[in-house]
Amino acid sequence: MRTITLIDAIKEAYQEELRRDDSVFLVGQDLRGAIFPHTKGLVEEFGTERILDTPIAESGMYGAAFGAAQEGMRPVVDFMFGGFSYVTFSECSVTTGQYYFLHGSQQSLPIVITAGVGTGQRLANDHAMSIHGTFAHHPGIKVAMPSTPYDAKGMFKAAIRDDNPVVIPWHMGIMMLKGEIPDEDYVVPLGVADVKREGDDVTVLANSMQLQHALKVAEKLEGEISVEVIDPRSFVPFDIDTVLQSLEKTNRLVVVDEDWESGGFAATVSARIMEQGFDLLDAPVTRVTLPNMPVPGGYMEEYVAPNPEKIEAAIRAVCA
Amino acid sequence: MSQSEVLGREQLLAAYRGMKTIREFEERVHAEIMNGQIAGFTHLYTGQEANAIGVCAHLDHEDTIISTHRGHGHCIAKGADVVGMMKELFGSSEGLCKGKGGSMHVADVDKGILGANGIVAGGPPISVGSALAAKIRDNGRVAVSFSGDGSVNQGTCFEAMNLAVVLNVPAIFVIENNYYSEHTNISYAVGCDDLKARTEAFGFPVFVADGADFFSVHEAAGKAVEHARSGNGPAGVFAETGRFHGHFVGDPQYYRAEGELEDLRENSCCLKNFRARMAETGELGSDELDAIDTEVLALIEQAVTESKAAARPTAEQVTEDVYIHYGNA
Repeated sequence: MRTITLIDAIKEAYQEELRRDDSVFLVGQDLRGAIFPHTKGLVEEFGTERILDTPIAESGMYGAAFGAAQEGMRPVVDFMFGGFSYVTFSECSVTTGQYYFLHGSQQSLPIVITAGVGTGQRLANDHAMSIHGTFAHHPGIKVAMPSTPYDAKGMFKAAIRDDNPVVIPWHMGIMMLKGEIPDEDYVVPLGVADVKREGDDVTVLANSMQLQHALKVAEKLEGEISVEVIDPRSFVPFDIDTVLQSLEKTNRLVVVDEDWESGGFAATVSARIMEQGFDLLDAPVTRVTLPNMPVPGGYMEEYVAPNPEKIEAAIRAVCA
Repeated sequence: MSQSEVLGREQLLAAYRGMKTIREFEERVHAEIMNGQIAGFTHLYTGQEANAIGVCAHLDHEDTIISTHRGHGHCIAKGADVVGMMKELFGSSEGLCKGKGGSMHVADVDKGILGANGIVAGGPPISVGSALAAKIRDNGRVAVSFSGDGSVNQGTCFEAMNLAVVLNVPAIFVIENNYYSEHTNISYAVGCDDLKARTEAFGFPVFVADGADFFSVHEAAGKAVEHARSGNGPAGVFAETGRFHGHFVGDPQYYRAEGELEDLRENSCCLKNFRARMAETGELGSDELDAIDTEVLALIEQAVTESKAAARPTAEQVTEDVYIHYGNA
């Protein structure tokens, strides 16, 4: 086992998959300049055709990846910031998600879409928004996001090997989070949730940076409230069975998600638990999300972003 | 003909004051970021001041500009309140945007500043709409979009340029080539050798300027504004000069050649060039320019002092203004 950061875990996933399969390549803007450190130095080993920088032109960049995937390549498209993917949203979400289905399953599109996302850097809405809920809303695309270095490496490798289009952003607030990873090759399968901490009184379903917040709160409340913390890891497919099993024990659910309240992942989970787990619940499902407003820049971000205090308050409310 | 015959003393003084204000604003913002006073991403305009001032010198109060992520200079040149802008960067509720936008989202609509924009080439299409409104209302206004050598490769920029010709609207596309789209050199990111010709192929004239020389930008922008304001449709300005800082504050700038930044500051400084020109022609004395330097530094100091003392937004304020009206209210 070794201890590395989450961003280095993604880099290792890239390096190993680039070595393993020469149809894999990265395409993005300033990958070689390494705006974020997970692409730093990759061009020296893999060359300029596999660490492919494009002009700032998201539609053209994504189109090139799409076409290469049609020819059997396995592009990893890095939008730098998640919000930038919306410049080419028709192509990377609508056209990509419908492609396999509307063409009668003739051809898969093994494209990976990634980008940094999330609050904590005070970058304001277009640079701070989450994208997983929006992509999860569009059928035909798998959507996942890691919360630990171990999951990051394993999930990125799984995403690259998946024949479906996969959107897998990573949260800037935990890019330097350290954790243990094994030396040997492994993948973390998409669509499998993970119980990150066992507990009896309440289940907290949280992802990415908010998963780390939830773990801190669970530790703080130890001896007072026994909190089970589950990481969905994937939003599409969503492993609802793991959550339902947990609710058989705890009967209470708090969903933490850095997307907006309306139409976000937490709303979907809440609805599905109501449909499939209503009899298990002793209290209404409670959500901790972004309020329905643009993420402000500067210091105001802290008022709207989910954080440990809000998670703790929600846990206490649902257990009251 | 000397420049004063074209511009007049007051215009020369205003041009220098504007460039100096932008320079000192940006250099102080850099220092305050290093002090941990300013949150978020900040992209500094230092080195490109002559572009904003040379273009905006031709604009009236009612004309509009749309800026980029590197927007402080454009906003100051168009008349944004310097103290209000500094407060915005400091995240104060007294800032131009109530502290909600920050560096990449400065706007001062009353001054015709329709907003900076966090998305590369987000501005040109919107600016065409501003020009369209001017044409429909026949009010003689022009709409300027500032963008860079990165922006020109975006589809949105191509679409805006074509549409401006199709609609024959008074849109002015100011392209500031600072040689790098984020970290990537223009020699890689722009496929052709002649960006002027490529842009003119859309069907409007492009006037080229040395972006380190206020007088060169002023002359080129004057032709573009006159062309658009006279009802001849869109026009372009290409100004070339390097930025003195990274893409954002904190950018390690691995992509720079050794000595590149020193060379830029030494040989492509619009303030030095302006002073040299004045020394040559004698139109303005160095004592007059020194006096402006002193006043500008005092203004920036005042802006920072007020910003540090200014109110931080409260949790109650954050949910204000998401909608004008919500529900039946």
